[in-house]
Amino acid sequence: MSTFKIGGVHPHDNKIYSAHQPITECPLTTKAIIPLVQHIGAPAQAVVEKGQKVKVGELIAKAGGFVSANIHAPYSGTITKIDTTIDAWGMKMPAIFMDVEGDEWLETIDRTPDVIRECNLEPKEIVDKIAAAGIVGLGGACFPTQVKLLPPPGKKAEVLVVNGVECEPYLTCDHQLMLEHGEELMIGIQILMKALGVTRTVIGIEKNKPDAIARMKELAAKVNGVEVMPLKLKYPQGGEKQLIDATIHRQVPSGALPIEVGAVVDNVATIYAVYEAVQKNKPLISRVMTVTGKSLRKPGNYMVRFGTPLTEVVELAGGVPEDTGKIIGGGPMMGRAMNNIDMPANKRTSGLLFLPENESRRQEPENCIRCGKCVSACPMGLEPYLLSKQAELEMWDEMEKHDVMDCIDCGCCLFTCPSHRPLLDYIRMGKGKVGGIIRARQMAAKAAAEAAKK
Amino acid sequence: MNLILISLLVLGITGLVAAILLYLIAQKFKVEEDPRIDQVQEVLPGANCGGCGFAGCRALAEACVKADSLDGLLCPVGGAPTMEKVGAILGLAAGAAEPKVAVVRCNGTCEARPKTSEYNGVRTCQIQHNLYVGETGCPFGCLGCGDCVAACQFGALSIDEKTGLPVVDEEKCTSCGKCVKACPRNIIELRKKGPKGRRMVVECVNKDKGAIARKACLNACIGCGKCQKECQFEAITVENNLAYIDPAKCRLCRKCEDACPTGAIHAVNFPPRKPKEEAAPAAPAQNVEPKKEEA
Repeated sequence: MSTFKIGGVHPHDNKIYSAHQPITECPLTTKAIIPLVQHIGAPAQAVVEKGQKVKVGELIAKAGGFVSANIHAPYSGTITKIDTTIDAWGMKMPAIFMDVEGDEWLETIDRTPDVIRECNLEPKEIVDKIAAAGIVGLGGACFPTQVKLLPPPGKKAEVLVVNGVECEPYLTCDHQLMLEHGEELMIGIQILMKALGVTRTVIGIEKNKPDAIARMKELAAKVNGVEVMPLKLKYPQGGEKQLIDATIHRQVPSGALPIEVGAVVDNVATIYAVYEAVQKNKPLISRVMTVTGKSLRKPGNYMVRFGTPLTEVVELAGGVPEDTGKIIGGGPMMGRAMNNIDMPANKRTSGLLFLPENESRRQEPENCIRCGKCVSACPMGLEPYLLSKQAELEMWDEMEKHDVMDCIDCGCCLFTCPSHRPLLDYIRMGKGKVGGIIRARQMAAKAAAEAAKK
Repeated sequence: MNLILISLLVLGITGLVAAILLYLIAQKFKVEEDPRIDQVQEVLPGANCGGCGFAGCRALAEACVKADSLDGLLCPVGGAPTMEKVGAILGLAAGAAEPKVAVVRCNGTCEARPKTSEYNGVRTCQIQHNLYVGETGCPFGCLGCGDCVAACQFGALSIDEKTGLPVVDEEKCTSCGKCVKACPRNIIELRKKGPKGRRMVVECVNKDKGAIARKACLNACIGCGKCQKECQFEAITVENNLAYIDPAKCRLCRKCEDACPTGAIHAVNFPPRKPKEEAAPAAPAQNVEPKKEEA
């Protein structure tokens, strides 16, 4: 059984709370707030006006650039205003507010449960349809999917790697999706293979989901070129570069994208969205999210329409447990503690985790003992102890030399540190600073080149 | 005997030749430098804080020597006395620079700004600011981890435990500007000290709309514009829901302070320190001497 070569840690997976809980539809809300930033890249531009009536699936905001994504109405009703709302970390973000009236869908959307297998579209048409549906990578980064499907000139995709790893502890939404919608996923995979012009697909699934592996294997046997690869348990196997290493044994160079080694990685949730967009004309207006925690009354996997306040989803799961010390958006490793749960669900919300008080405290940091555990744990081969010290001392140039921009924020260093040093906190700050310096330099170089032309 | 003589001779001659060579080389590659640079550097404080805008004291000394007049060149640490000494060395009149002081533009005390969450990460403002809004609901206000205190080389800043806000010791503050750069939320501003250290300051940088700002903090500037209307000297501008008092125009009349519904405007270093008790005696005083008003 294979896994990626460098680093990694083994946190307890804690998936028992919500595993095998069937995907439940979350009831409709009455007042929806749809954020305009639900993806990496430029914010979407609203194309509706105050007072306008919209139906479910109607385009309400269009992509604000090449790396951006369309946003569609998840509810039917009247737009009340276009203003700013507060996200889970207390910062402002632009959003469309609407009053929900009934549940009226666009006629073009196929809402039947039938599985549609035939797809006679050309690759170009498929990509256009995906772009129009506003699909982004639902694994966490929310990178617009159509950008991945258009390799830069000179690069060719050879393998489609499907991410069914779900290495993040506690989260089970992808697992449940594979169990319940395996057939649709297979069709989605075939659509993507056609769009990319590849003949080989590898589905990576960690071995703690034996039923998902069995189900996908059974389905993959009927399709040419699709292979299911069970993987050893190791975090962060769901990271793009780690998954490529684990499944097809290629290493993506520093600073490069997976297409450099001929791979395109997509999460199972993204592929399900692709199926729905291409075969059923349904844009991305909902996602499965895991709501879980030790003391939660009804942990489970919920199908939530974007714009639904997270508080309503929490109510469905039995309300905030009394002993809650911290609420995390996403999983415990990559997720961020939230300041409030009034935020609406969106393309980014993959999970909500309620940690009890006794598990949510960070321990007092002690001195670094130079044990090197963080170095062996880093899946990108960096030196976290050094980078964190450099960030503390504001040595930005040195940090750049030591490849801080390769850091994927996985938190393995922090997890493994016996002195509980806040390594990632500092590295992340340094990454922000160095990123800013690099961007400024590129802008200056661009300006200089333009000046030279004149 | 001979041996000693020969060694002495050889060494002596070698030394002499080397000395002549070194002298010639030193002459050939001599760097012409104004000796006054050293003299000027001598009188500068030598803190190398960069508050003057140059990279250390020597750079300022060089700039002073090169300059035709000292206008615009100021060592904020040494202040006017130091610049007078520099002027004496160079035979120039010291520029008329007004003394400045660091001002913390946030009065979101613990009572006014209740905590909405608890920050459990590294105790630096920079990291907390990158992560989220902070422990209170105000996305503009002081985070209270003391990045400014750590940045100050002169011990002029400290965190008041009661309010959770940094306090500037005006005696010690040299207005070098390190704290201004250290604050990730740009709360600290260098303002002119004002006559007898008196000045009017809007102690808030919240640019949210009134209701939102008020919800986050009782002492927030809500951008109502009352101070602007009250000000007779056009010293106050309200932009992005935030009032700002231009120290150059303010005549210290304190009307804005009374007009402000949230108490965001503070009068600093006025004789009776508590505003409410002051109001009565301060009023007649206003008529006697023209005071400056900042809102």
